[in-house]
Amino acid sequence: MTQTIEMIVNGERRSAAAEARVTLADFLREKLRLTGTHLGCEHGVCGACTVMIDGVTVRSCLMLAVQARGSEVTTIEGLGDPDHLHPLQQAFRERHAFQCGFCTPGFVMSSLALLQENPSPDEQEVREVLSGNMCRCTGYQSIVEGVLLAAERGAGQVDVSGAPVTDD
Amino acid sequence: MKPGAFDYHAPSTLEEALSLLAEHADDAKVLAGGQSLVPLLSMRLARPAQLIDINAIDTLSGIRSDDGGLALGALTRERDAERSVLVAERVPLLAEALPLIGHVSIRNRGTVGGSLAHADASAELPAVALLTGAEMVVRSAASERTVPADEFFVGHFTTSMADDELLTEIRLPGGPDDAGWAFHEIARRHGDFALVGAAAMVALDGERVGEARIAMFGVAERAVRAPQAEAALTGERAGADAFAAAAADATRWLVPGADVHGSAEFRRHLAGVAVRRALATATGRAGRTS
Repeated sequence: MTQTIEMIVNGERRSAAAEARVTLADFLREKLRLTGTHLGCEHGVCGACTVMIDGVTVRSCLMLAVQARGSEVTTIEGLGDPDHLHPLQQAFRERHAFQCGFCTPGFVMSSLALLQENPSPDEQEVREVLSGNMCRCTGYQSIVEGVLLAAERGAGQVDVSGAPVTDD
Repeated sequence: MKPGAFDYHAPSTLEEALSLLAEHADDAKVLAGGQSLVPLLSMRLARPAQLIDINAIDTLSGIRSDDGGLALGALTRERDAERSVLVAERVPLLAEALPLIGHVSIRNRGTVGGSLAHADASAELPAVALLTGAEMVVRSAASERTVPADEFFVGHFTTSMADDELLTEIRLPGGPDDAGWAFHEIARRHGDFALVGAAAMVALDGERVGEARIAMFGVAERAVRAPQAEAALTGERAGADAFAAAAADATRWLVPGADVHGSAEFRRHLAGVAVRRALATATGRAGRTS
């Protein structure tokens, strides 16, 4: 049963036709061609497909696209671009917080949610949140350092585009 | 891995959901947080013809105080319960167990009722329900009943709910005044399903144990209490010797499943360790009344 599914993705209203059984991850990648969200295990273990829905992180392989109808979805494409990296991306780059890069979108989204909620986490809090994401290259140390560097630079106090958060 | 086809329903009222369940009972699955069901759909271990998504039913969410304890709507997200001041005050055991479930992004979606209704033998919340003496409010289109936790859990992935019934609310009593509570689990990696775990409650009478409760999970087809060990511990001087004896009593008869992560003996041993630690921690938290 195909139906039109509409949601706000990275600030833009987007819609596409999909069956109810299509996961949010597949919808983003195949219907909206937003392939920055990566699929690793497809059953909720690896965290690669982490995106934000209405301000909190979810695993997009564990949610049906139809369940995100009307929601605000933020994917890695909603952050900076190569010329204007989000401070979190910049910090990841400086600390070599990735090697092959496959897991990086998930790590960035999990870290972003952490910093938005708690702009100055300690190392233990960073490790607690990142425990839900798997990386097979870095050994995690550089990722933790990247998040702590981003926190030090106030990455939690800018919005996804890198502009300062205002209260209005 | 992609889920098989199903008809999708997203009722916005409980009555609508219950009538859909009555109509489709044996080929329907209820979708709550989806953190266990969606993987089963994707791996096609579950292939329901009808999927009833209850996420739009607002009345199924919420945390309120209930006669000294707590009542949680079945659809309450684990992360919301984890951060609730009321939960921490009223049922500290639940507050301690919740952060051990998966990871933050799992708990952002996962629901308290979903975990209980899924009834995984390694899950934390059934042990919390069993130890606190929780009651489950279960509704169908025709009836409403309240099921004690001990009668709710039947086996791995199996509860006593009928196909047309829905878990709507969980009531957790507060327990004796001045009791100490503790939850302890042992997992290979942080956030993984526990190999085994234990929950304990200790109320002290001076230096002695006035009342003790012990629950274990990951050791049998469902979470279990250890009534003999609890009775034997009552009246004993609270301390390492009594806790070691209680752990031995509680685990002697267990025949845990064995898999690549651990043999039956290893799990039985770890269950004893978890019981001992939970009893010691609970005792440290108990108020001394006399």
